[in-house]
Amino acid sequence: MNTSAKTNGAETNGAGDATPTRRDFIHIATGAATIVGVGFVAWPMIDQMNPSADTMSLATIEMDISNIEEGAQIIAKWRGKPVFVRHRTPAEITEANAVNLDELKDKQTDNERLVPGPDGQLKPQYLVTVGVCTHLGCVPLFDPNDDRGGEYKGWFCPCHGSHYDNSGRIRKGPAPTNLEIPPYWYVSDTVVEIGKEALT
Amino acid sequence: MSGSSNYDPKTGIEKWLDARLPIIRLGVDTLIFPSPRNLNYWWTFGAILAVMLVSQLITGIILAMHYVPHPEHAFDSIQHINRNVNFGWLLQPMHAIGASLMFLAVYIHMFRGMYYGSYKNPREMIWIVGMVIYLLMMAAGFMGYVLPWGQMSIWGAIVITNLFSAIPPEAAGQSVTQWLWGGFSVDGPTLNRFFSLHYLLPFLIVAMVALHIWALHIPSNNNPTGISIKTKADTLDFHPYYTIKDAFAIAVFFMIFAWFLFFMPDSLGHPDNLIPANPLSTPAHIVPEWYYLPFYAMLRAVPDKLMGVITMFAAIGILFVLPWLDTSKVRSMRYRPLAKLFFFVFVLTCLGLGWCGAKLPSDLVFATGVNEAGNAVGFTFVWFSRILTLYYFAFFIVILPILGLVEKPKPRPLSIEASVLGDTKGGA
Amino acid sequence: MLKRIASLALLASLSAGLAFAAGGGKEARKQNWKFEGVFGTYDKASAQRGFQVFQEVCAACHSAKYIAFYNLGDKGAPFYDPAYPNSNDNPVVKAIAKQFTVTAGPDSSGDMFERPGTSADKIPAPFANEMAAMAANSGAFPPDLSLITRARYNGSNYLYSLLTGYKDAPEGVQLSAGMSYNPYFTGGNQMAMGAPFIDGLVEYTDGTTASVEQMSRDVTEFLTWAADPKMEQRKGTGLMVMIYLFLLSLLLYGSYRAVWRDVKH
Repeated sequence: MNTSAKTNGAETNGAGDATPTRRDFIHIATGAATIVGVGFVAWPMIDQMNPSADTMSLATIEMDISNIEEGAQIIAKWRGKPVFVRHRTPAEITEANAVNLDELKDKQTDNERLVPGPDGQLKPQYLVTVGVCTHLGCVPLFDPNDDRGGEYKGWFCPCHGSHYDNSGRIRKGPAPTNLEIPPYWYVSDTVVEIGKEALT
Repeated sequence: MSGSSNYDPKTGIEKWLDARLPIIRLGVDTLIFPSPRNLNYWWTFGAILAVMLVSQLITGIILAMHYVPHPEHAFDSIQHINRNVNFGWLLQPMHAIGASLMFLAVYIHMFRGMYYGSYKNPREMIWIVGMVIYLLMMAAGFMGYVLPWGQMSIWGAIVITNLFSAIPPEAAGQSVTQWLWGGFSVDGPTLNRFFSLHYLLPFLIVAMVALHIWALHIPSNNNPTGISIKTKADTLDFHPYYTIKDAFAIAVFFMIFAWFLFFMPDSLGHPDNLIPANPLSTPAHIVPEWYYLPFYAMLRAVPDKLMGVITMFAAIGILFVLPWLDTSKVRSMRYRPLAKLFFFVFVLTCLGLGWCGAKLPSDLVFATGVNEAGNAVGFTFVWFSRILTLYYFAFFIVILPILGLVEKPKPRPLSIEASVLGDTKGGA
Repeated sequence: MLKRIASLALLASLSAGLAFAAGGGKEARKQNWKFEGVFGTYDKASAQRGFQVFQEVCAACHSAKYIAFYNLGDKGAPFYDPAYPNSNDNPVVKAIAKQFTVTAGPDSSGDMFERPGTSADKIPAPFANEMAAMAANSGAFPPDLSLITRARYNGSNYLYSLLTGYKDAPEGVQLSAGMSYNPYFTGGNQMAMGAPFIDGLVEYTDGTTASVEQMSRDVTEFLTWAADPKMEQRKGTGLMVMIYLFLLSLLLYGSYRAVWRDVKH
């Protein structure tokens, strides 16, 4: 700003002057207005990288769980990832509840991994988990009647040998935590919506 | 850039950086350089264009994040951007309309340069680099218009690439169009390469703009009087005097931009381009974007295909040699009454050619009667565009060279300072 | 000042040069629409009725493939409900989606299967592909309607005029087989689509009398929204931007005058 051609130097503040004059007020106001404008322009350019409306429309999925046979599981695709919905037998539920929490790496009771149905009661026969191993992201195998499903009759991750029990809890192997439970709620007795919690 | 610098590093960090990478010095010396004190608002379009270029780059890079350069998906992806992407409804039209507004600004910028003789010694290189920028803009604009893959996109691409089929295959050794298309027609490979080039060209434009500004800093700006800077009293520092003036002009220009963008977004486009591309069905009336219309009119004014293409490219090419066609030593047409008159006719000619380009050649400018079949006959647009094309070239080849020799210019002020103080007003 | 007027005149002449030839067809009759103008918004009730007309009449032959069901409940859309900012939760939208059958799959045995629509689905097309559509419509392809009012010059007025413009061919005009006479049609006066509406063709849920004019108006309102779903958002933002730019210009002009105050130029 220190320019030789300036003819009004006497009235304009030098850089070191601390008190703005009335003349400077207009410059400060203009500068502030410009900065506010640039901020408003920047937001659309940042927000456009967020998931678009069609992606968000698939952020939640509804699924009918009534036709899963007892002892079987179905895999749904939710937000690009597999979700396991497993219909557990009474024996499996008993087994899951009988586990001593002290044995667990990630201490959770079976009930803590369930959500209540429309009547407010837990539905222990259905277990919903994200089908991604918490170690390095592989999809664990399911086979309750064979070793392929792991030593604890839950899931077994073939990548690095993590064994999960039928509640999706890590029992053996490198995975640090239990299989993740996605946000979901019971729309009705037979339909769950995965992707959001129940509205309370 | 030339001679003394206005930068005086004060703090230790500034001195350290200046000794290693004098980037602050470059910035300061780019902004603080002596400019004529009498620049009017026509001189603000350079800054407006710089801002528009940045806007186009940012919105363009954003669109490339969502756009799919494939014949099956290109049209759909534009709809996806407009309907689903957050603020896509704002960013996509901003890019399309921004291109139009940028051309509007560049035409004003060019006409200003012509009127005030900004292309003359010693500014020939500024003008030539500017013409390269204009050519690159035309190429980028054309390829960008193909990307939405609507009916006008594909048919515009077909018509323009077919211009190159005027080159005989014997001369090129092969079919030039096949090479351009990457196939036997305008199709997927063409779209994909246009996307790649459309992304590349703006960066070449940025490089050319840097050269344009560099070249400008050697003799500094021309000015409305066309008289060279003689003393310090003729000048003001570019910053803050012209930065603030340009900023005001940019804000006003953006009001026009915003009006188009928010309240008439479809007015600058063609409805046919919202019909997906169909290589089997030609639209009733293929028209390019408005900023190409004058050249399109010249192309169609010539009955022979090869000659039409040559005429069109010559219309752009002749601008490159303009500095040597104008023989007058007086820069500003303010002091050249005859040149001023011919120049305004030239501007009207360019607008008229644009009008011709938007019409069918057989349409009538005005009717003179009715023929036996009961149809109106009269003066057709093809003849109108022929007359205008003739004037366009005559202006450069005949009028400007001769005027410089025969015209008696009005007396000019002694200096920019004198013109500002009004010393020689009414000197004629 | 003169120069400023000159520059405005230049701009005006440039934009005037953009007037397009409207192609063939009689000029569309100008209607009054609520969505016109700087403050224009869509007539929601009319657009809702228009969707009903689209669903019950147009959708038999025409697709609207860019519109997803959740779009119907977006801000500025016909079924927007402020109680459901996420349109996927809007019960009206969900109910509409369920009325449509969507082909999905493949299932575990590799077959495609049909299921009721969800809010995330696009409005399903009546025909599997363009060829099937042409085969079912004696060779004429019923165009997709999601952009129709912007893909035609003066689109909303054109569409309304077209839908209400069917009449008997005048003396001396020879209609080709299966064609209907419509003076507004841009592709010549003969149209493959016959008059789609007769009075009382649909029974409006809100009790409005379904005349041909009413149905044409409502479906035009709906399709205008479909082609430009963000119009209300755009105009609202535009108004704020114009006010901001105007104030900024004033401030910048003040700054400019302050900087140049003592400079002769």
